[in-house]
Amino acid sequence: MGSRHYVIIGNGISGITFARQLRKADAQARITVISGESPYFFSRTALMYVFMGQMKWEHTQPYEPQFWVKNRIELHQGWVEGLDFSAKNLIFDSGERMSYDVLVLATGSKPAFFGWPGQELKGVQGLYSKQDLELMEENTQKPIKRAVVVGGGLIGIEMAEMLGYKKIPVTFLVRETRFWEQVLPEAEAELVGKHILEHQIDLKLGTELKEILSDEEGRVRGVVISSGEELACEFVGLTTGVTPNVAFLRNTDLAIGKGIKVNEYFETSVEDVYAIGDCAEFEQVPAPDRRNIEQVWYTGRMHGETLAQHLCNGPVAYQPGVWFNSAKFFDIEYQTYGQLASQWAPDSLRSFYWAHDGGRVAFRMQLDLEGKILGAHNFGFRLRHAFFDRAIRERWSGEQVIAKLGEANFDPEFFAPYYMAIQQAFQTQFGGNFPLPKRSFIQKLFGAGV
Amino acid sequence: MKKLELLGLALFIFGMTVFTALPFLGSYTLSEANVLAQVKEIHREKVSELLKPMVGKDYGSTRAFLAGYASQMDPYNEALKAAQQWDQVIWDDYGFALAKAAYQGPSRSQPWLWLVLSIGAAVLGGFLYHLRGFSKDTAGGVHAGVFHSPVKNRGLLGLLTGSYLILFYVVLYWFPAYLVGLVWMVEPLSRMLSGGPASQWFLYGLVYTLAILVMGIRMFRKYRDNRYQQLRTASIIFFQTAFAFLIPEVLVLFNQPYFDFKNIWPLDYDFFYDYQLSSLLSGGGLGVFMLVWGILLIVIAVPVFTYFYGKRWYCSWVCGCGGLAETVGDPFRHLSDKSLTAWQWERWLIHGVLALAVLVTGLTLVNYFAGFKLLGDLTNQLHSFYGFAIGSAFAGVVGTGFYPLMGNRVWCRFGCPLAAYLGIVQRFKSRFRITTNGGQCISCGNCSTHCEMGIDVRAYAQQGQNIVRSSCVGCGVCASVCPRGVLKLENDNEEGRIHDFPILIGNNSIKLKL
Repeated sequence: MGSRHYVIIGNGISGITFARQLRKADAQARITVISGESPYFFSRTALMYVFMGQMKWEHTQPYEPQFWVKNRIELHQGWVEGLDFSAKNLIFDSGERMSYDVLVLATGSKPAFFGWPGQELKGVQGLYSKQDLELMEENTQKPIKRAVVVGGGLIGIEMAEMLGYKKIPVTFLVRETRFWEQVLPEAEAELVGKHILEHQIDLKLGTELKEILSDEEGRVRGVVISSGEELACEFVGLTTGVTPNVAFLRNTDLAIGKGIKVNEYFETSVEDVYAIGDCAEFEQVPAPDRRNIEQVWYTGRMHGETLAQHLCNGPVAYQPGVWFNSAKFFDIEYQTYGQLASQWAPDSLRSFYWAHDGGRVAFRMQLDLEGKILGAHNFGFRLRHAFFDRAIRERWSGEQVIAKLGEANFDPEFFAPYYMAIQQAFQTQFGGNFPLPKRSFIQKLFGAGV
Repeated sequence: MKKLELLGLALFIFGMTVFTALPFLGSYTLSEANVLAQVKEIHREKVSELLKPMVGKDYGSTRAFLAGYASQMDPYNEALKAAQQWDQVIWDDYGFALAKAAYQGPSRSQPWLWLVLSIGAAVLGGFLYHLRGFSKDTAGGVHAGVFHSPVKNRGLLGLLTGSYLILFYVVLYWFPAYLVGLVWMVEPLSRMLSGGPASQWFLYGLVYTLAILVMGIRMFRKYRDNRYQQLRTASIIFFQTAFAFLIPEVLVLFNQPYFDFKNIWPLDYDFFYDYQLSSLLSGGGLGVFMLVWGILLIVIAVPVFTYFYGKRWYCSWVCGCGGLAETVGDPFRHLSDKSLTAWQWERWLIHGVLALAVLVTGLTLVNYFAGFKLLGDLTNQLHSFYGFAIGSAFAGVVGTGFYPLMGNRVWCRFGCPLAAYLGIVQRFKSRFRITTNGGQCISCGNCSTHCEMGIDVRAYAQQGQNIVRSSCVGCGVCASVCPRGVLKLENDNEEGRIHDFPILIGNNSIKLKL
């Protein structure tokens, strides 16, 4: 099986991680990566920084062109239009065909639009691909008096920040009564909401988009919101989530739900065809705390790692570890580890929360009824991944976690030691018998205070 | 831009215009007394005779004056050279000293006024311009927009800035006589500090220190929420102002050798040169202390401090070249080349310069202790070559002049022999590293983009590896620009500092090498 031809559709983080890991495990394999979006792998998470002049496009590419030559990973730019599973062939929109021995679908997502009237107008767009970035640059060339961003999630806030960089006033429509309601408890959502307002974003909570209005030339001229009010705007960003990019596979033999159906080995319903990353939908959730479709950078990377091992040294089933994620809301960094409920009954778990008076720094940890850690997240300061991964895997008690919080601190040297304030607050609220650390002489002299 | 910033910019441009125009104002009239005062005793008679035709004549420009000087001196020297009478040749160039003495211009009669109009206006302008910089109202954070700026992204203004800096360094090193109008303006200040006359180096030191101060204020604004950057900037300003600028001048006032207590061989490449050794050894107790101090810095301070804190203790907290790079050069940090090819060039060049510095110094010492019988004049020629190629062309013209073209650490990355030495210690025996926070990297590339040393930080971070690189100066900007809190500069146990088998956290399916 030395020189099987592996063909990967999609050069995002899952497809590329798979290709790299495959090359490490199998020196013989012929590897081809196909993408219509861009010739080289780039970091989707950096699109906003290109828009804001913080990076150039070439900086988003983690590997130099020579890397692919050196590792004998063939890159093929083009859009796949159809698949012939019986002949093991891909058909490109140019009519060209390519044969494969093993096919890995890593086609990612596309922005989810929910059938709003006017969603196809000029000046209305999502933000996911390189093409979306280029479109957004084009759409914001002309002066814009107001932009409307729809959807209270992570891409929405990035888009608001991008528009803010161009000094475009933004109205941010969030259907829920608070920001990122599915994930953030009330206090944290309020903290982020306040920060959004600090950036002069007109945040409208509990507000839905009803209709997008057109001018004579088919460009957006305004939106109608759930109150019936009409808002004039020249740009609408639709960031109400993403959906697996599988439209071109719908009429094939592949079993497809919302995404491409796979088992724990990423096997699809067709032999020698696998699906990883955003486009894969697990028949059974990979872990009790996970969903059927995992659409974050980190899970895409893990799918790629795991499938490469499965195909070369298998069988290896996908078994995710302790959940983690991160984001940034304008100036406030956010990291999360393990499982945190956004809403909970008072007797279902114990929740410890500490927030700094400045309104930009906060920490929450949730414990089960025995006092063991379930998860924690932090805003405006940094905590060590390895520390919380271990604490949650080993089911440390909340007291143990807080007692050692100094080891978890990941802020730069001389920054305010927020962990000390958290330790103090925990002792006050939850008790606990551990010594409170004191600031060193150097820290007192030069370090920032809480 | 609001009014205050516009006023600042206008003042800065005004000051820089006066600074640039001043060398073209004024005229030169040489007197016999000038020649006698400026020329060494052994040359006095001959030079007075040669320059007699110049005395009393009015020269309208520096160029004309220098042409007059050359037309008298060159034929004499050429004739001696042709006759191979090498020891008779007047090797000393009295151009600068005589031009300064002969100068008749506004900055000589009213030095303080012109100092205020040029450097003073530029400094005040720069200060006002940055006073309210990096406002919190705008989205995007402090690193946004650099690639949309015509100055910071090699646009026309960037090229002009670079050209101006390059031109300034070329004039400073090889045509200093053109600067005498500016030097006169700082004459009274020099008299106050050292009791002696001002040279082009005093002028340069003053401008250098003020530039670090003004752009340091910009750093305080930019990083007002970042204590690490604030302390680092304060440290740089302190060491430049006190150690590099004031203390050496004051030492001269007290008849002690001019000495920068924080400059370390081999960056301070003439530390072991014969004339330097003679000066220190004849400088009494303090001179000997300086010599011992300088040697202790090389053999104790560098390895010990670098072991505990990494080379950052010097490169981005103490060093003058680093100080300029971290303040004046900060707007250009993202222009460094991140390619593998650049890294290969870097390793050959910087270690090549280190080898050259060691060789030149070694030969000098051998020759010195052999009483110059071994190599004779050869070491002097080596010194001239090193001083020209490395000290002036590389460190000055390329190192600083190329900020707007190749980033702010060209010298530190490709040329500085001390950085090479510190880097070797940092790479092989140090507690310093940049820790990667587990599996949290999203490969966005902000760290690599904004690394002034051209390190591809992301290449390590995205594999969960710590960053241990000899070139890292520990500026801390990668940690600051990272949107996910992935990077932390740390001094910790040597164990586990370099992961050979990094495992990304969070995937229980396999534990694999990346």
